[in-house]
Amino acid sequence: MKFLVCISQVPDTTTKITFTPDKKAFNAAGVQFIINPTDEIALTRALELKEALGGTVSVINVGPANTEPNLRKALAIGADDAIRVNAEPTDAYFVAFQIAEVVKKNTYDVILAGKESIDYNGGQVPMMLGELLGLPSVSVATKLDINGSVATLEREIDGGKEVVEAKLPFVAGAQKGMSEPRIPNMRGIMTARTKPLVVTEPAACANLSSSVLFDLPAAKGECKMIDPNNMAELVHLLHTEAKVI
Amino acid sequence: MSVLIFAENWDGKFKKSTFEAISYGSELAKQTGGNVTAVVIGNVSDDDMKSLGKYGAQKVLSVKNDKLNAHNPSAYASAIAQAAQKENAKLIVLSYTYSGRSVAGRVTVKLKAGLVAGAIALPSSSSPFTIRKKCFSGKGLTDVVISSDVKIIGLIPNSYHINSGDASASIESFSPTFGDNEFNSTFKEAKKTSGKIALTEAEIVVSGGRGLKGPENWGMVEQLAELLGAATACSKPVADVGWRPHHEHVGQTGITIGPNLYIAIGISGAIQHLAGVSSSKVMVVFNNDKEAPFFKAANYGVCGDAFETVPKFIEEVKKLKSSH
Ligand SMILES: Cc1cc2nc3c(=O)[nH]c(=O)nc-3n(C[C@H](O)[C@H](O)[C@H](O)COP(=O)(O)OP(=O)(O)OC[C@H]3O[C@@H](n4cnc5c(N)ncnc54)[C@H](O)[C@@H]3O)c2cc1C
Ligand SMILES: Nc1ncnc2c1ncn2[C@@H]1O[C@H](COP(=O)(O)O)[C@@H](O)[C@H]1O
Repeated sequence: MKFLVCISQVPDTTTKITFTPDKKAFNAAGVQFIINPTDEIALTRALELKEALGGTVSVINVGPANTEPNLRKALAIGADDAIRVNAEPTDAYFVAFQIAEVVKKNTYDVILAGKESIDYNGGQVPMMLGELLGLPSVSVATKLDINGSVATLEREIDGGKEVVEAKLPFVAGAQKGMSEPRIPNMRGIMTARTKPLVVTEPAACANLSSSVLFDLPAAKGECKMIDPNNMAELVHLLHTEAKVI
Repeated sequence: MSVLIFAENWDGKFKKSTFEAISYGSELAKQTGGNVTAVVIGNVSDDDMKSLGKYGAQKVLSVKNDKLNAHNPSAYASAIAQAAQKENAKLIVLSYTYSGRSVAGRVTVKLKAGLVAGAIALPSSSSPFTIRKKCFSGKGLTDVVISSDVKIIGLIPNSYHINSGDASASIESFSPTFGDNEFNSTFKEAKKTSGKIALTEAEIVVSGGRGLKGPENWGMVEQLAELLGAATACSKPVADVGWRPHHEHVGQTGITIGPNLYIAIGISGAIQHLAGVSSSKVMVVFNNDKEAPFFKAANYGVCGDAFETVPKFIEEVKKLKSSH
C-alpha cells in the first residue's frame, strides 16, 4: 500500500509572531520552523498503517529549499522517501494543484495531510486535493482504519462525530486522536541522510488569492483584578460593563 | 453582484451561524448591488426556509434529495457550485464551520474561485477584493486579496452580527445533477455529543485546566456552563491525560474559538493555549498564581483558589439569573 503524506513547515508553536516593518511579510528572522503538528499526526498514522499492512510512506512538501531539514526529519521519523516541489507555497489552491500533479504521475492508495496548517489556518489543502483528483475526502479526521480496499474514518462535525466509509484511494486531513506523534530515534536520524529526497519543479497554475498585508491583533487593555471575596462585583461588571452575561 | 449563501442546517434546523452568514451576505449584496439567494440542502420546513428572509435572503433554492440527508462533501460542493452558476452569483458565502470547511475547498476547485478561508469582517475594499482573516492561530491578521471572477468567503462563526427584519423569502425547488463519482463516501453513523452546546458556536465558554487537579472536580465547571448556557472546554494536557474528551481541547493544536465570553479556570495561559482563545471578546481568568501569564491577556482576573472563588462566583451568577 502506498501512502503519501503532505507536510508543511510552520513556525514553532512558541514563536512570538512579528511582521516586517512594511507589513508585507512574516518576519522569519530567528524563527525555528517545525513540521506542522497535525501533519506529524498524519505521518505517524501512515507509518502505523504501513507497519500493519506493508508498503511505503512518501512525504511531499511544496516549498523552497529551506524546508528540507523538516523533510529529513520526516524521513528520520520513518518515511521512506521525500518529494519537494520547488516553489513558494502562495495559496492553498496552488499547493493542492502541485501535489495533485505529483499524484497524477504516481499512484497512491492513501493521501493524508494535516487538518490545518498553523500559519495560514486555511484547512483547505486536503479538500482541494480530493476535488482535483476526483477522490473522496474527509477534512477533519480523528480516526482512520483500513480494511482491504475500504477506509473507515471518524470525522469531526459541529456538535459531535460522524463515522464515514470511503473506498481507496482517498484523501484525509488528520486531527488529534488519529495517532500520537513519534520522536525520531538515532537509527532513524542516521538512515534519513541516505533516503531519497527528490526535487521537482512546479507546474503552471492560476493564482486565485494572495495575502497582501499582515498585522497584529489590537493589544488588550489592562486586566481588571477583582477581589476574590467580591464575586458580586465580577458578576456586576460582566453584566453591566462587558454586557456578556 | 449577486450573492449565494450556503445556508447550512443541522438535522433540519438552522443555527446562529447560518443567520450570521445570511446577514453578512445580504450586506455584501447591498454594497455591490445584486440579489441574495440562499441554498438549502436537506429537509428543512418551508416555514424555516421562508424565515431566512428576515436576515436578508430574497430567495431560497431548496435542494431535497434523499442521498443528501447526510453530509457529503463532493455532492454538497457540486450542489453549491451549480446553484451559484444558475444564479450567476459572483460571491459565495458560507459559515466556516466543520461542514462549511468541508465543502469550501471543493467549490473553489469546481469554480476556480478564490477562497478566504476564515473571514472575520466585510471586505475592506471591493477592488481589489480584500478581506481580513486571522493567521498564525490568532496571533496575527492578514488581508487576503481574491483575484478570480467568482469569490468564496468562509465566515468564522461569531464574527458578524445578525440583522433581522420581517421579510419572507420565496422558495424555489432546485435539482442539481450529480455524477456517479460524487457519492464517493458513505455516511455510517453519527455520534452526537447530545444536548450540549457546540464549542465552535457557543457565545460563552467555560474552560478548565490542570489547576483543577482531576476530572472529579469538573462539577463546578459544568454547573457554571449550564447556568450561563455555555459550552465547556479544556487545555491540552487535560485532554491528553483523559480528564476531558479531546473535542474539548482548545488552542493552537485544538479548536480555535472566539466566543463573547471565555472563562478560564486553573489554566496558566501558555502561548499555545492563548492562540486558540485570544479572539474571545471578553476573557475572565481564575488562577491562584498572580504571575500566571493568562492575567496579561485577560479582561478580568480573580487571583485566588478556584475551589473557593468559582463556587462564590456561581452563587452570584445564580442571583443575577433569578433577578431577571
Ligand atoms: C506543540 C505544542 C502545542 C500545544 N498546543 C496546545 C493547545 O492547543 N492548547 C493548550 O491548552 N495547550 C497547548 N500546549 C501546551 C501548553 O504549552 C501548556 O503546557 C498548557 O496549555 C498548560 O495547560 P494548563 O494551563 O491547563 O496547565 P498548567 O500550565 O499546569 O497550569 C495550571 C494553572 O492552574 C493554576 N492553579 C493551580 N491550582 C489552582 C487553584 N487551586 N486555583 C486556581 N488556579 C490554580 C496554576 O497557577 C497554573 O497557572 C501545546 C504545547 C506544545 C509544545
Ligand atoms: N506547502 C505545503 N506543502 C505540502 N503540504 C502542505 C503545504 N501547505 C499545506 N499542506 C498540507 O495541507 C494541510 C492543510 O493546510 P492548509 O490548507 O494550509 O491549512 C497541512 O496540514 C499540510 O498537510
